[in-house]
Amino acid sequence: MIPLLEAKHISKYFGVLKALDGVSISVQENTFHGLIGPNGSGKSTLLKVIAGDHYPDEGNLTFNGNDVTNHTPELRAQNGLNLKFQITAIFPELSVYDNILLSLQSSESFWNLVLSNSRASLHDRIMDTLERFKLVDRAGSLASELSHGLQQWLEIAMAVIRKPKLLLLDEPTGGMSPEERRATGELLLPIKKDCTLIIVEHDLEWIKDICDNLTVLDQGKVLDDGTVKHIESSQKVKEVYTSRV
Amino acid sequence: MSPIIKKASLFKKILYRQAGVIPIVEILLLILLIIIPFFVGDFLTIIITRMLILALLAISFELCWGYSGIMTFGQGLFFGMGGYAVALFANKADFVQLWGVIPIGLIVGMCASFLIAWLLLLGKRPPELIFIALGTLTFSYAAERLVAGWYWVGGGNGMSIFEYLRIGSFEVEPGRLFYYIVATILLLVYLTSRFLVRSQFGLVLAGARQNEKRLAFLGYKVQKFKAIVFCFAGAIAGLGGGLYAHHEGFIGPGNVGIGISTMAVLYALFGGAGSLIGPIIGVLAIESISFTLSDIDAVRGYWPIILGVILLVVVTFKQDGLLGFVVTQRERIGSFGILKATESKPSETSQHLKNEKNDSPS
Repeated sequence: MIPLLEAKHISKYFGVLKALDGVSISVQENTFHGLIGPNGSGKSTLLKVIAGDHYPDEGNLTFNGNDVTNHTPELRAQNGLNLKFQITAIFPELSVYDNILLSLQSSESFWNLVLSNSRASLHDRIMDTLERFKLVDRAGSLASELSHGLQQWLEIAMAVIRKPKLLLLDEPTGGMSPEERRATGELLLPIKKDCTLIIVEHDLEWIKDICDNLTVLDQGKVLDDGTVKHIESSQKVKEVYTSRV
Repeated sequence: MSPIIKKASLFKKILYRQAGVIPIVEILLLILLIIIPFFVGDFLTIIITRMLILALLAISFELCWGYSGIMTFGQGLFFGMGGYAVALFANKADFVQLWGVIPIGLIVGMCASFLIAWLLLLGKRPPELIFIALGTLTFSYAAERLVAGWYWVGGGNGMSIFEYLRIGSFEVEPGRLFYYIVATILLLVYLTSRFLVRSQFGLVLAGARQNEKRLAFLGYKVQKFKAIVFCFAGAIAGLGGGLYAHHEGFIGPGNVGIGISTMAVLYALFGGAGSLIGPIIGVLAIESISFTLSDIDAVRGYWPIILGVILLVVVTFKQDGLLGFVVTQRERIGSFGILKATESKPSETSQHLKNEKNDSPS
């Protein structure tokens, strides 16, 4: 089976620092794939390379059968690859409703945008998503007025509503309470049938519950990868986590 | 709460927020715009006409900065180029017809801004804010030096236009008719710009202003959107320059360069960036203060210093400008797109709920 995303021998340098050192991962369609590892292991860098925020110095990236190594972020997004940033990246001076609308209308033609032709047809989808992410009561509020947890949900909602083929979530539960983390997991699970997910997360228990496969990174290299069960029993992973986390 | 009630309350919130102070300010200014020539003499009508022309310049800057996050010092350049173009047509080809002056100003402004957008905005990498600001500043400065040293366009003396603007064979002298022509053009530009910035296209611009990188990750070609609005704003500035040259009967290096570009920035900041009406208020306020102060004998020698201090105080201590005294930040942000009949409006939803209630067995 051809994987949806395949990264081969990806290396990324920041000056003399080698953030990624020949990393290869393969992600199958409609699976949830977790990236874990200690701080500085290269998880977020790998996610940014996949999203197009950074370009790899070596290696190549295939998405949906196409080589996207040198594609710009907007081209990758247009082809169904979406990123939720580690630090919440919403539009603070727009209402919650308009944040979602902005995310959803990106494929509309120039004239549709100028004449506001598509808002009516997108309205129901926006309202449904707002309800699903428990944001409907705050639809008219500015995004900056939301709590941190709701801002994270808003950004996830902005990504999910676009029905991406591949969604990249960089620490989606960062700064959330245990209750919010649990609720975030419940929000994500139903999208599995339509979407593939790569998640970077520190909370091992949470990521084990929702992911099918895990890749463990350490010092810019793949330490181990496989099913959750395999990773749980991996001696190499245990050593890294007991010594540094 | 049922989903329908939730939707109804949401739209009530949005609609109530839309019906704020800005429409009242707009209507008051529109009324003032219509009646003012009947209450002032010809001289003041000419002064106010000049303010309305400068309002076009202010709107063009506001579209770039307040709505799209493009810090430009190039609006004076487009304004001046529009002015020089119509002056050249008037002097070299004896062409002073209004139906030609308007498109000449628009096209020259748009072409000049497209050239600069192509050089500064449409590069491989998204340019930094400061790069655009310094780039446009350099172009403005270079253009000012160029026209000041170019004899064919009048050099340092600029170009005078000796014929009045015409509609057919009818001459339009500066005065009431000229005023209403400019006021109509300003109104049309305002309404078009308002429509644009409140549309879904305007939502993209608002996104670009706040987080350009995030917008690119949503799949938008941000620089293209910016280039489009930059050209649209350049066309408006060019139109303003064309009208200015005919109204004043003159265009010179001082109407092209950094000075007038900076004034465009000040109009917006003084009146209140982030709205289209703010910069117009800024023009009216700054030009009125300048005119009044320069007419007072006691301060005639140093009125520019007083004006400078007033500008400094407002820009420093009231960052949302004069409009900020009456308009909240939330209202300024507003919402985008048009509520269409297919969307559930509060009244319809409420009616639907009432019907449901009446039909259901209690």
